[in-house]
Amino acid sequence: MNRFPAWKYALIGLTIALASLFTLPNFFGEAPAVQVSSNKTTVKVDALLLARLEETLKGAQIINTGVLLDLHGLRIRFSDSDTQLKAKDLIEKSINPDPQNPAYVVALNLLSSSPNWLTAVHALPMYLGLDLRGGVHFLLQVDMQAAITKRLDAYAGEIRSLLRDKNLRHAGISREGQTLRLRFREAATRDKASVAINELLPVLTLAKRDDGQDLLIVATLKPEALKNEQDLAIKQNILTLGRRVNQLGVAEPVIQQQGADRIVVQLPGVQDTTKAKDILGRTATLEVRLVDEEAMRSGSSFNVDVFPERKRDGSVSSVPVKKQVLVTGDQFIGAQATFDNDQRSAVSVELNEAAGRIMRQATRENLKHLMAIILIEKGKGEAISVATIQGEFGARFQITGSFTATETSDLSLLIRAGSLAAPMEIIEERTVGPSLGKENIDKGFNATKWGFVVIVLFMSAYYTLFGVFSSIALGVNLLFLVALLSLLQATLTLPGIAAIALTLGMAIDANVLINERIREEVRAGQSPQAAIAAGYERAWGTILDSNVTTLIAGLALLIFGSGPVRGFAVVHCLGILTSIFSSVVVSRAIVNLAYGHRRRIAHLAIGDTGWK
Amino acid sequence: MEFFKIRRVIPFMRHALLFNVISLLTFVAAVFFLGYKGLHFSVEFTGGTLVEVNFKDAANVEAIREALDKAGLKGEVQNFGSSRDVLIRLPVEKGQSTADLSQKVTGLLKAQDATAEVRRVEFVGPQVGEELAEHGALALLVTAVGIVIYLWIRFEWRFGLAAIVANLHDVVIILGCFAFFQWEFSLPVLAAVLAVLGYSVNESVVVFDRVRENFRKMRKASVPEVLDSAITGVISRTIITHGCTQAMVTMMLLFGGPALHYFALALTIGICFGIYSSVLVASPLVMWLGVDRTQFVRAPKKSAAEEKNEGAVV
Repeated sequence: MNRFPAWKYALIGLTIALASLFTLPNFFGEAPAVQVSSNKTTVKVDALLLARLEETLKGAQIINTGVLLDLHGLRIRFSDSDTQLKAKDLIEKSINPDPQNPAYVVALNLLSSSPNWLTAVHALPMYLGLDLRGGVHFLLQVDMQAAITKRLDAYAGEIRSLLRDKNLRHAGISREGQTLRLRFREAATRDKASVAINELLPVLTLAKRDDGQDLLIVATLKPEALKNEQDLAIKQNILTLGRRVNQLGVAEPVIQQQGADRIVVQLPGVQDTTKAKDILGRTATLEVRLVDEEAMRSGSSFNVDVFPERKRDGSVSSVPVKKQVLVTGDQFIGAQATFDNDQRSAVSVELNEAAGRIMRQATRENLKHLMAIILIEKGKGEAISVATIQGEFGARFQITGSFTATETSDLSLLIRAGSLAAPMEIIEERTVGPSLGKENIDKGFNATKWGFVVIVLFMSAYYTLFGVFSSIALGVNLLFLVALLSLLQATLTLPGIAAIALTLGMAIDANVLINERIREEVRAGQSPQAAIAAGYERAWGTILDSNVTTLIAGLALLIFGSGPVRGFAVVHCLGILTSIFSSVVVSRAIVNLAYGHRRRIAHLAIGDTGWK
Repeated sequence: MEFFKIRRVIPFMRHALLFNVISLLTFVAAVFFLGYKGLHFSVEFTGGTLVEVNFKDAANVEAIREALDKAGLKGEVQNFGSSRDVLIRLPVEKGQSTADLSQKVTGLLKAQDATAEVRRVEFVGPQVGEELAEHGALALLVTAVGIVIYLWIRFEWRFGLAAIVANLHDVVIILGCFAFFQWEFSLPVLAAVLAVLGYSVNESVVVFDRVRENFRKMRKASVPEVLDSAITGVISRTIITHGCTQAMVTMMLLFGGPALHYFALALTIGICFGIYSSVLVASPLVMWLGVDRTQFVRAPKKSAAEEKNEGAVV
């Protein structure tokens, strides 16, 4: 009665073999490596580049210990971090001749030292969370209101030129909150305008209203357009963040949307957190607008936006600019820090074609008038450059202002990395230094190790041979859990390690239940074989019940938890599943192998059952 | 080896009233301290900034406090784990750019002692903190409801209710301890509390399984006798299992370092009270709720499938 068919043993053996295979990479540790990935869609990282780099390294007598070329890019492994740093500088110099405009991202990384055949079957070490490997985690909140108002301002501009083109006289266009208000004097004009706007901008809902003085059209974004706009805004921001992160040279950055309006940025292994935060946190966007010179003279602030301007001598004055935005930051395609003819720091910029056309038209129509370039950071605008239009120009021009050389290089970096569709704010930050990460691993590992040892010692002493079987089953449980975590590449955090320890401590419960039941059956006078069978069968229902209740709590944590709690919950839930299998099936297989094929058993080695 | 050579049934139910009074008193005390002192929430819940700094030599906590004061920052400074590690907590303040706060603090510390190395920074905006607290409460609620429903299906509503009351009483006592000692209540502690909830319910399940079995076996026994024999039957397994789990948790307390300290502490309290509550609180509760043999022996809704599971006990 205590025999499994051969296929069952074979299946259990196979699962254990597979689990061992996927656990294996975790034992090899990691070696320092340099990672090269593409920074532009046109640039490919391929075998050709690999050969070139190997040649370069050989030339400088830097020895690598292995290379890996995959979808993420190219990684070259070195024996120590000194060589790694030397190699990084060399590679950087050889493939990025122009540091202002890098074609490749060259970053320091770690590469698993496991042999290539393991990597080939996708057996990878567990993916460590930031609290274990060190790095930065940011949660950014995108200001959707601002994205919408920005879009409405742009539509207001389009409507203005539309009405001008069609010769329809209006008495003012203004934005109030999330709506546009268009004023008209005559009903016929309003009707015509309504039709024209509807044709040009079908995303707007137009409602006619009368406020006693003027005839109004109130325009709002349609719900689907609103949603579309928000999706676009968050995508644009993710794209921009991605480009900025590439400027930092991070090996495996994670930039993901979370919920409707949040973005998670994780930069493992980043040492210089200040710089990272500075580059990411700068929510700068640029706008080019014309200065309202009439308002400047009269000091009126009617229908204009007023921005402060920092002058070269340090004084601050205010500049009124027209509501219409000529060019926004996302239309800039290039920027570089240079010097102008008078040897002052300047940023030379390049616009995309559409924006270039707008600029050409605007500069032609407004020769000898003032134009302002406004930098909007954290919701506050500043006119960084106010200059007279000296001649007609298009897609390429220079921005000069009261800049220092570092300011121009920072600004050009920000422009180059693209602008954000909506301002963002850091609402959560977690930075873990690399030394703390290593310590966390050691501590978590030690706690688990000693806990495991104590349980094994106790079980073996208390239940003798059956205790040894239970301990082996517990070991197999750990093996399964680590293999599963490696296979799924689930993020392992410190609470995750704690969950491994806790799961092991709880998993032994099933074996205690079984062993106690077997003892009881033996005491009640059952034969050894019958006692084993009854013990396993009767304990099964209880094991299932108790694991389901634990799993309910685990799932609730998984669904509602975030951050560290999530890491705990993932491991906890996986651990419950593996423990049911290992403590019931695997331990039964071992017991069957040991006892099932014997005709006569005088005594079960399960500790003291002789009393009563 | 055998620790528990129990030859006769221990009359737990004779003292049921006493146990319930003890529970009630600890419960009331826990609720009192929760209300009076409140939980010492970590920055994850309240929002704010936390900076952990490591120094080459023993850190001068006083000097750091002064430096912060001078810079106009209201912060809490304390040693963390060792005399060389310092933890600085800064609350959220209106009108202050919270995102740059950690940089400011780092600058101050470096100016004071060049060996200062920032080991960890955590900043949580107030809106995130509120959400976390909300989600935590929701997780607790869902777990409790889920467990009651599961036990209702598997046993009987009285068991579900008794188990959840007994184990929520554990949760409240853990929280009460955290309030009384003003230990920091962080996200990992919340995870520990929920894990304890699931864990001690499984303890009650083991007892209830045996109760159900004994109701069927011991036809002539009274309800308290059935409960007594069930508890006595599983007591050795209860103590060994909890002992093993506690051994693991103790290792976490010893080797896990400050990051896992409160997590392990919450588990320790939870495990100790878990034994107590599932044995000595849940069972009397089932009795007061009016459990009866008729609910198991000739329960009309029992299907054949359930009949098969009825022996599944220890």
